[in-house]
Amino acid sequence: MKKSYKIDVDCANCANKMEMAANKTEGVKNATVNFMALKMKVEFEDGADPAAVMQQVRSNCKIVEDDCEIFL
Amino acid sequence: MTKLTENLNKKQKNLLLRVIAAAVMLVVLHLLPLEDYPVLRFLLFMIPYLTVGYDILRKAWKGILNHQVFDECFLMAVATIGAMILGEYSEGVAVMLFYQIGELFQSIAVGKSRRSISELMDIRPDYANLEQDGEVEKVDPDEVEVGSIIVIRPGEKVPIDGIVVEGSSSLNTSALTGESLPRDVKPGDEIISGSVNMSGLLRVETTKEFDESTASKILELVENAGERKAKSEQFISKFARWYTPAVCYSALALAVLGPLVSILVFHRTSDLALWSDWIYRALTFLVISCPCAIVVSVPLSFFGGIGGASNQGILIKGSNFMETLANVKYIVMDKTGTITKGNFEVTAVHDEREHNIDDAHMLELAALAESHSSHPIASSIRRAYEADGAILDKGRVTDVQEVSGKGVIAAVDALQVAAGNLKLMKMLGVACEACRSVGTIVYVASRSEAADPENGQPAGEGSVQAGGSWEYLGHIVISDEIKPGAADAIRQMKQNGIVKAVMLTGDITSMAESVAREVGIDEVHAELLPEDKVTLVEKLLAEKKAAASPKATLAFVGDGINDAPVLAIADLGIAMGALGSDAAIEAADVVLMDDDPAKIVKAMRIARKCIRIVNENIWFAIGVKFACLLLGALGIANMWLAIFADVGVMVLCVLNSVRALFVKGM
Repeated sequence: MKKSYKIDVDCANCANKMEMAANKTEGVKNATVNFMALKMKVEFEDGADPAAVMQQVRSNCKIVEDDCEIFL
Repeated sequence: MTKLTENLNKKQKNLLLRVIAAAVMLVVLHLLPLEDYPVLRFLLFMIPYLTVGYDILRKAWKGILNHQVFDECFLMAVATIGAMILGEYSEGVAVMLFYQIGELFQSIAVGKSRRSISELMDIRPDYANLEQDGEVEKVDPDEVEVGSIIVIRPGEKVPIDGIVVEGSSSLNTSALTGESLPRDVKPGDEIISGSVNMSGLLRVETTKEFDESTASKILELVENAGERKAKSEQFISKFARWYTPAVCYSALALAVLGPLVSILVFHRTSDLALWSDWIYRALTFLVISCPCAIVVSVPLSFFGGIGGASNQGILIKGSNFMETLANVKYIVMDKTGTITKGNFEVTAVHDEREHNIDDAHMLELAALAESHSSHPIASSIRRAYEADGAILDKGRVTDVQEVSGKGVIAAVDALQVAAGNLKLMKMLGVACEACRSVGTIVYVASRSEAADPENGQPAGEGSVQAGGSWEYLGHIVISDEIKPGAADAIRQMKQNGIVKAVMLTGDITSMAESVAREVGIDEVHAELLPEDKVTLVEKLLAEKKAAASPKATLAFVGDGINDAPVLAIADLGIAMGALGSDAAIEAADVVLMDDDPAKIVKAMRIARKCIRIVNENIWFAIGVKFACLLLGALGIANMWLAIFADVGVMVLCVLNSVRALFVKGM
């Protein structure tokens, strides 16, 4: 399952860091951050609960980049 | 000033004020004679430092708490605090100040670029005028169901794809296709969302939901293009991951090993001046270690290139395809719909002069004879006849007989007219020469209806009425017309680095070869079945692999209707004339909204420009950074130079990236 989320982040490198953090989160099969469109597209593992996984993705992203936001 | 600031958001305005305030304070403090008051001097310099840098220091602290040491904020914090400790107050403040100017500039440039793309892609409709029970109501286009009637007034955007039921107008499709010529529509015509109604009121029956409509699909496609990352983007994010820690460790090594080597090898005495000199060099390293300039300029270039291209009616579905497109060396094109128009046209009418009949008259007889047929050949003859303003009077035609696989025989006025292929002529016993022109040939013969019944009674099928002997009148050549820009486009492709242009077609060889000669194709494969096209493209891919450099790519251009498998196996699939065709948009990597072959060349040029900008940025930024690192290590570059290099490189890279957006005149 794939879902797209709106994000807010200031710099391109920070967006890359968010992408890495999201990809390391359990339940995420693949995540891409589109800095120019300010969007994150997440493909979830089978059987993962997107809502719960995204909460985790959000807090993992906050660790690497304090100023970022994912609008869930 | 108001004009300058009106496009800034709150965060940017705030930062701008802080930067200005800190810059003013820094200048003032420089002028004040504070040398004799060290404590006061330190405290006074702390004011601009904290004004401009407090958020960086806070973020750096949070980074440490979160075990994310190597972020830009931490580096800037260490570099500036280090400078302050060494007593280089103005440098510490300046580094922070310029770093923030760089951040501000970058954020303004990115915001501006986002806005210009959305202006260029101004095809998103805000509302639809829904007609219900005779009343027109403005609604969200999302709420309009398939089959509803919507009203589009002059000046309004078409919100949803549909079919015109009432009214006629011309539509401006330039935002979709880049084509400035308006398109006329009348009842029964399909209209496509995103185009603008220019003149008359239209009532339209919707055929799709808003989300499925062309405008929404295109916008989604352009927005998502950034998700398919190019190799250079992946390279840059890997580089950034590796670069920052590497520079940090080198800085540490410089601070420790530098003095040690000086003492042990060059027998310098270990004193404070020596250590602080090397620490200063190390801090200079940290200033240069921020990778943001390179990291932002790459997606910014791709974003601009993709946005600018879509404004020209060229949709590139990902940054990776931009790279592939820039390296196309082999181009394989389908004939029908790509090089030729795909509609059959009468291209020549050859009369037999000795029978005293002229072209127009023969065409008229043929058109009348074929007037009841629905075959594409028949309709092309009718079209050719009507093109001169003549009106086909079907009342003159009686007694039509279709001779299956051969043609048609009909009574026109007082004549019997036969129009068909050579087999028909043979059947009727008409002597005629086979025409050598390329295309489908329709031979025409006639005889007077009231004639000797014993003469010329044809054998075979059909009870063709008795009449005089058949007289050969001439023939009509019908072929698929070559697009006007095709030859020019192929010539330009070759000028732009295409090594080989190949044409594939299901048509007969003679016709294919003639088209190929006319437009300048290098290699033709004709009489192919759809699955043959796949095998051929696979073969060409292997040939390309053997002959060209590994980066060279092969593009297949088709109309996207039944060549999805070929579009998929080629390195790059380009679909043409895709406006309104979802299947084509789905299957291809690059979608040309109209069917002008010149767009292929344009797409290649846009991609080349974009990739060139990306490469310029990467090598320029990396080059300058390494040069500064070297000069910094040798103690030649000071912190001022380092920060100017860092911010300057970023500004130049960002400005260069913005260039990718301007593709109009290409």
